[in-house]
Amino acid sequence: MKKNSEAPHLEIVESRRLLFGDLWDYAPSPEKPVNLKKHYDLFIDGKFVPAKSGKTFSTINPATEESLAEVALADEADVDRAVKAARKAYQNVWSKMKPAERAKYIYRIARMIQEKARELCIIETMNGGKPIRESRDIDLPLVAAHFFFYAGWADKLDYAFAGRKARSIGVAGQIIPWNFPLLMAAWKIAPALATGNAVVLKPAETTPLTALHLAEIIQEADLPPGVVNIVTGDGGAGAAIVNHKDVDKIAFTGSTEVGKMIQKAIAGTKKKLTLELGGKAANIIFEDAPIDQAVEGIINGIYFNQGHVCCAGSRLLVQEGIVDVVTRKLWDRLRTLRVGNPLDKNTDIGAINSKMQLEKICSLVESGVDEGARMHQITCDLPERGFWFRPTFFTEVAQSHRIAQEEIFGPVLSMLTFRTPEEAIERANNTPYGLSAGVWTDKGSKIFKIASKLRAGVVWANTYNQFDPASPFGGYKESGFGREGGLHGLMPYVELI
Amino acid sequence: MTERLAILKTYKLYIGGKFPRTESNRYYQVTSAKGKLLANASRGSRKDIRDAVVAARKAFSDWSGRSAFNRGQILYRAAEMLESHAQTFIDEIMAITGKTKKQAGDEVTASIDRLVWYAGWADKYMQLFSTVNPVATKYWNFTYPEPTGVVGIICPDEMPLLGMVSKVAPAVVSGNTCVVIASETNPLTPITFSEVIATSDFPGGVINIITGFKSELCGPLATHMDVNAIDYSGQDEKTISSLQEAAATNVKRVVIRRTPHGNDWLGDTSQSPYWIEPLVEMKTAWHPVGS
Repeated sequence: MKKNSEAPHLEIVESRRLLFGDLWDYAPSPEKPVNLKKHYDLFIDGKFVPAKSGKTFSTINPATEESLAEVALADEADVDRAVKAARKAYQNVWSKMKPAERAKYIYRIARMIQEKARELCIIETMNGGKPIRESRDIDLPLVAAHFFFYAGWADKLDYAFAGRKARSIGVAGQIIPWNFPLLMAAWKIAPALATGNAVVLKPAETTPLTALHLAEIIQEADLPPGVVNIVTGDGGAGAAIVNHKDVDKIAFTGSTEVGKMIQKAIAGTKKKLTLELGGKAANIIFEDAPIDQAVEGIINGIYFNQGHVCCAGSRLLVQEGIVDVVTRKLWDRLRTLRVGNPLDKNTDIGAINSKMQLEKICSLVESGVDEGARMHQITCDLPERGFWFRPTFFTEVAQSHRIAQEEIFGPVLSMLTFRTPEEAIERANNTPYGLSAGVWTDKGSKIFKIASKLRAGVVWANTYNQFDPASPFGGYKESGFGREGGLHGLMPYVELI
Repeated sequence: MTERLAILKTYKLYIGGKFPRTESNRYYQVTSAKGKLLANASRGSRKDIRDAVVAARKAFSDWSGRSAFNRGQILYRAAEMLESHAQTFIDEIMAITGKTKKQAGDEVTASIDRLVWYAGWADKYMQLFSTVNPVATKYWNFTYPEPTGVVGIICPDEMPLLGMVSKVAPAVVSGNTCVVIASETNPLTPITFSEVIATSDFPGGVINIITGFKSELCGPLATHMDVNAIDYSGQDEKTISSLQEAAATNVKRVVIRRTPHGNDWLGDTSQSPYWIEPLVEMKTAWHPVGS
């Protein structure tokens, strides 16, 4: 090496890159599957009963396509039975119970969920395809925490709304999606019970099992019969709940398309409604962001739960000066994601929830390629059976592309670019949705400015996809209305007098 | 002849801070309680509704970005303007509805007081509805209200001034802008009220007022893709049902108030921070806590 003989010069040094991919071997570490029952019945009036029609449907493991169990298929007659049981329980027992006693039932349920957490998270992963790491570390702790949080509200409602008393509504019909089956059941049931309502809940068609195991817990907790009823089935059972004359409130989480149908269907009735619908969230990365943390946030934002997340950060907005470095780091990080057996504790990306969803993801990705965006997709081996999709992101995406507009609900990210904060805000808000958004910058004043301009119900600054029972969640615009979680989550289940 | 011929007022619409005629050039006649022709009111059209929504959307960024203090000042200014024109409104309400001086006076003073009441809420409702959320992880987390956006307000036919003020004030105090379908039976007083709005430092487009037939106007307002909420007061179940159905086109928030009715509009039960609350969106923000 020459010393001091050359004038000093600025050299751009490429930081060291770690190579992962197939170079790193690992030992599989799968959880043992839980022994399931062969048949699952509906939970009505405190008892497990078959559908009146005797019909059942088969529920599968999306990672193997093998049938896990036969589940009762509810129709209008079963929903009617459930609503009647709920009405009776509401009138005779639940609405008359001392709030402090109501609270104790909910606490009891929360505790029993914690006791059975391991079994429940394994069933959640078997039935839905999500990685066990997520169902164990995120879903189940949040499920129990949600019941804990709302249990304490049951006897404190007099302090919740300044100047008003809160009164329960009656029978709540609740319809939930397949992406967080048990967590969504908790989000729906816990606040409804705390406020003194009775419940008829319908889990999603592809993921009925954990809700039925929750029904067992509810039974074991001696919750008065009929206070919570769980009916499994397809869209027909959902429609029966929406259209039932003796239901006072509908709470729905799912697609914007179905949300609009429900809003239309209950027009002219006095049913109260809350909707938690789709999203196409912008995750905005400024040049002054902590890049490595932001890349982790991008990964967590879109590849969490296979991208089956309504608040997923599916539109990445990157400031122009850092597009190259973000693209490179994102690609390096993407290649470390392990796709495969959801029960394996090392798995990052599990199975796509259903064949139907896989087809939808494939067709949207195809449209991205056709419309001229550039696809970056990892090349890992996939299991022979089951529904899988390799984590993917697109660059050179135009605002008009379908992958920039439509909710893909899969592990697929679309990157767009911007120059100024104003342009970032404009692009972020250029969507009918308004559920969530992310912003990454080390500058505090910029965070507050951007956060206040984003038309979205949840804004994650220098983080993404965080959830907590104390934190209200819900959308602006076509992402729905009403909040779940926190003090605000009580409002949809009460009448103020 | 020494008697002077009075100048009659042309009642137009109020859109974007201006007073345009309805683009449809249609009118309907408003008569006094005794049957005398009072005015040819504008029979607004679907296009007027659209123009008003465009004006309201354009005004939203500025108005929602104002400080709470400033919005409160402007609402208070509107109360001042209404107070100084109180007699005009009393005379107009008496002529159209046949109400006594006492009844018309009660409506006008209640309207003034209601504006003052909501003016005071401008910098307070947020503290009432906000929370700091004790999440279990290392994050700073809080929730606060933001305006919903463009609100379509359908006023009751009764109490044409007070009904409108009671609906508009809680909508705009939080930063929403609105398109108002005025009382169909007395469309004159709402338009006279727009003169109060125009002289109260409200930026143009924050409050837009359309007169005409509700059967023609409610549909275009409730199906409009750039309206975020529909706020109805009245008892017409058919209208309520069709508004709720139309609102589903873009998941509008729908507020239906079957009460108050009649003289209940005058009382304290017709004003509440819980009339502000359905027209705001709760935003939750997260940030990590650390170094």
